[in-house]
Amino acid sequence: MLQKIYDWLDTRLDITPMWRDIADHEVPEHVNPAHHFSAFVYCFGGLTFFVVVIQILSGMFLTMYYVPDIVHAYESVYYLQNEVTHGMIVRGMHHWGASLVIVMMFLHTLRVFFTGSYKKPRELNWVVGVLLFFVVLGLGFTGYLLPWDMKAYFATVVGLEIAESAPIIGGFASTLLAGGEIIGAQTLARFFAIHVFFLPGALLGLLGAHFYMIRKQGISGPL
Amino acid sequence: MSEERKHRVSRRQFLTYTLTGVGGFMAAGMLSPMVRMALDPALEDTDDSDFISIGLSEDDVTEEPQLVNFDVEIEDGWYTSEQTQSAYVFRQDGEILALSPICTHLGCTVGWEGNQDYPDQFYCPCHHGRFEPDGTNIQGTPPTRPLDVYEVEVRDGMVHLGNIRERG
Ligand code: HEM
Ligand code: FES
Repeated sequence: MLQKIYDWLDTRLDITPMWRDIADHEVPEHVNPAHHFSAFVYCFGGLTFFVVVIQILSGMFLTMYYVPDIVHAYESVYYLQNEVTHGMIVRGMHHWGASLVIVMMFLHTLRVFFTGSYKKPRELNWVVGVLLFFVVLGLGFTGYLLPWDMKAYFATVVGLEIAESAPIIGGFASTLLAGGEIIGAQTLARFFAIHVFFLPGALLGLLGAHFYMIRKQGISGPL
Repeated sequence: MSEERKHRVSRRQFLTYTLTGVGGFMAAGMLSPMVRMALDPALEDTDDSDFISIGLSEDDVTEEPQLVNFDVEIEDGWYTSEQTQSAYVFRQDGEILALSPICTHLGCTVGWEGNQDYPDQFYCPCHHGRFEPDGTNIQGTPPTRPLDVYEVEVRDGMVHLGNIRERG
């Protein structure tokens, strides 16, 4: 049945070469944990991506209940956490996942560092990796404000104080991020926009570049 | 089933099955809480609202429908608000009846004797829908079922209304 549907599509659209090109390539022995167990460190990049997928999916579903408004934000989070069936699980996935992406990304970076995989010709991918790192930190920072409770509020107070301490542009940067002189309605709206539209967009673009380069250059050789 | 096995599972097939199985299991584990969360409003059972007093004494209910406005607390997720609703309250064969004024055609508001040409009837201005005094829809006009009724209870001599119920 499935085979028939596939064949029907394939005769019309010639899809086999497309997925072959993406999926059909050899996994070298030195990155295959079945050969050397220690090669599991090469899985960290893929695992980071897996957690990113969970973040995007759970985030999409949270947006069905969350409202970015200072009067109702807290209540809407309280409602989805305590009244909506499995809301607690989905929020939990997003909450713990947020820390897990950073942990996995850090492990992945360590593996790239200690295998020297950042060297020529892969310098650009290291640069893209660093940008990904900042985007993920930005997602964590903006997402933390959204529940609009005390912890969220004061974490953002501290974050914006740090931004303000930067020389010359500090004041400008913090006013721009807060959307005004106080942390309030405009800050929440803008952090929401950044958290669900701007940074995920940047993340997907950078991931595309990251994976394209891996495909082009192949995985780095054994130590 | 019991015939001799001609078909031996190849290594590749075995891997395809197990990997698809495990992958499918993981995907389902990830997605099912999310999907259940999205479906929640549709699966939640409607809670019975409490009866509320509409500020009308049992003795003031007449044979003639009178329009009574009353405030209902509407719980909408994390947002609670007061909404004014109305009912036509009257006595029929000694029993108190409270009709919802929402037209059963497409939801406009009907008025008692809302049209001079039709005294003693509910009239809907949107598409000329009409109802008998007891709420029965009049054949030949757009509405296809009688006006909905509120559940009525008399407590301490005051009229209390509950959920809206459909008839016929
Ligand atoms: C959301 C964040 C990230 C994701 C999803 C991700 C994903 C991946 C994946 C799937 C690979 C293939 C190799 C492997 O699995 O180990 C990879 C390779 C690579 N990553 Fe990342 N990565 C992320 C962040 C970073 C960061 C922060 C850096 C460095 C600062 C980085 C640098 C690299 C480099 C240089 C390679 C090529 C390594 C090689 O070819 O051996 N990545 N990444
Ligand atoms: S809505 Fe009342 S007649 Fe159409």
